[in-house]
Amino acid sequence: MKMNRINALIMRHLYIYKRSMPRLLDVFFWPVMELLTWGFFSFYLGNTGGNNINIAAMLLGGVILWQIIDRAQNFISTYFLEDVWHRNFLNIFVTPLKLSEFFLAGVILAMIRLVVMASFLLILSYFLYAFNIFVLGFSLIPFLVNLLLFGITLALFINAIIIRFGSSAQVLAFGISFLIQPISAAFYPVSALPAPLATLSGFLPVSYVFESMRKVMAGGPIDWNSFYISLGLNLIYLIIMWFFFSAMFKKVKVMGNLLKVQD
Amino acid sequence: MKALEIKNLVKDFGTFRAVDNLSFSVEKGGITAFLGPNGAGKTTTIQMILDIITPTSGDIIIFGLDFKHHKEEILGRINFSSPYVSLPTNLTVMENLLTFARLYGVKNPKAKIEKLAEEFEIKHLLPRMTASLSTGQLTRVNLAKAFVNDPELLLLDEPTASLDPDIAEKTLSILTKMQKERGVTVLYTSHNMAEIEKICDRVIFINKGVIKEEGTPADLIQKFGHKDMNDVFIDLAREE
Repeated sequence: MKMNRINALIMRHLYIYKRSMPRLLDVFFWPVMELLTWGFFSFYLGNTGGNNINIAAMLLGGVILWQIIDRAQNFISTYFLEDVWHRNFLNIFVTPLKLSEFFLAGVILAMIRLVVMASFLLILSYFLYAFNIFVLGFSLIPFLVNLLLFGITLALFINAIIIRFGSSAQVLAFGISFLIQPISAAFYPVSALPAPLATLSGFLPVSYVFESMRKVMAGGPIDWNSFYISLGLNLIYLIIMWFFFSAMFKKVKVMGNLLKVQD
Repeated sequence: MKALEIKNLVKDFGTFRAVDNLSFSVEKGGITAFLGPNGAGKTTTIQMILDIITPTSGDIIIFGLDFKHHKEEILGRINFSSPYVSLPTNLTVMENLLTFARLYGVKNPKAKIEKLAEEFEIKHLLPRMTASLSTGQLTRVNLAKAFVNDPELLLLDEPTASLDPDIAEKTLSILTKMQKERGVTVLYTSHNMAEIEKICDRVIFINKGVIKEEGTPADLIQKFGHKDMNDVFIDLAREE
């Protein structure tokens, strides 16, 4: 791994932010819209009193944490698609750049964007709804690590599909998280799901994160067991997806289709 | 001393053989034309040399190193330019060139780019958005990008295609001046035979994935009894 090459790609994408409204909207607009919609709903729910106050806080926590997965995946996929849209694959892959450096630059860039986005959302939710996610304390950090890892895994899967099947598959980059959301337990507990879907949810690392978040917000201790299950599943999926992504990259080079990804 | 050696290179796409047991070598320092009609296998061969396409079999040896085992080192010492490959249009020329200079690990990239910009007469374009450039300007920016790592081997795919004769001539003279000053080896594809006669020391002509002829432009013109390379090209392209 050479840092100069990773830095080159990060800088190349940061240049775009100086003058691209759509890229800035990606970071701020959509997450803020989500926060406003669900935030006001939670606010309304909280005002109805009783147990709803707790449910409202959990819902808002779920909205903010879901953004970490959704945006991590979206930021990495957009980073990848930027070179597809600008037909820049040939230019960058005839340099000594390695596939791992190309992907790592995307992950670092996504993390920079996530920190900016999450800070903005947290400040906004504190001032609008007096919601402070740091009530979760240090438990927030392992939650975030697991959500980020899952976002990266999803991005690897989507990018592998785009490389293999071309830019027409890019619709996945903007919609795949919605396929997972119903069984992710982001906004309601796994127990609310029918049995078959609850079983499926058990294979999703993020369902453990959201279940743990709810336990902590209800005043319980951090469920480290769930954290380790989530981390274990994340690492397994991440490794599998990295091999899948690398295999798809090699396959399109054998097929002579690397540049056709851009068509 | 050989800059590039291709040994028994084969590329199959399913049942179609695009490159058929191709072997040739390019000596250090000169400009070698790599010619052939559309679909002859030129682009496939160049993309295999650049590791964009994986060969079915055969060896690519660059600077005496086997590409399979020294990929990173070799890619750092070669470069490529084609008017058909665009640079990201949402960056300025300077940002684009800085990105590639960093990818190649160029020391003091800004100074390097400014020097290249002077040589390619694009200094005034550095702050401009790449999207706003004319075809001729973009070609020179692409060529500056190709020189950013001081390559020892340069693969140029029709660098003057779609340029008017005046800009093409200007681009070519800058290119040949840079090539002579730096002693870089160039593998050059073009469909402009006047250009080939003017700048190339040697010609490799392929068709249907195999070599049909090799030699200097003058030798080939004499051998085929024509007055220029254009007619030689037509003869070779139509040969069964």
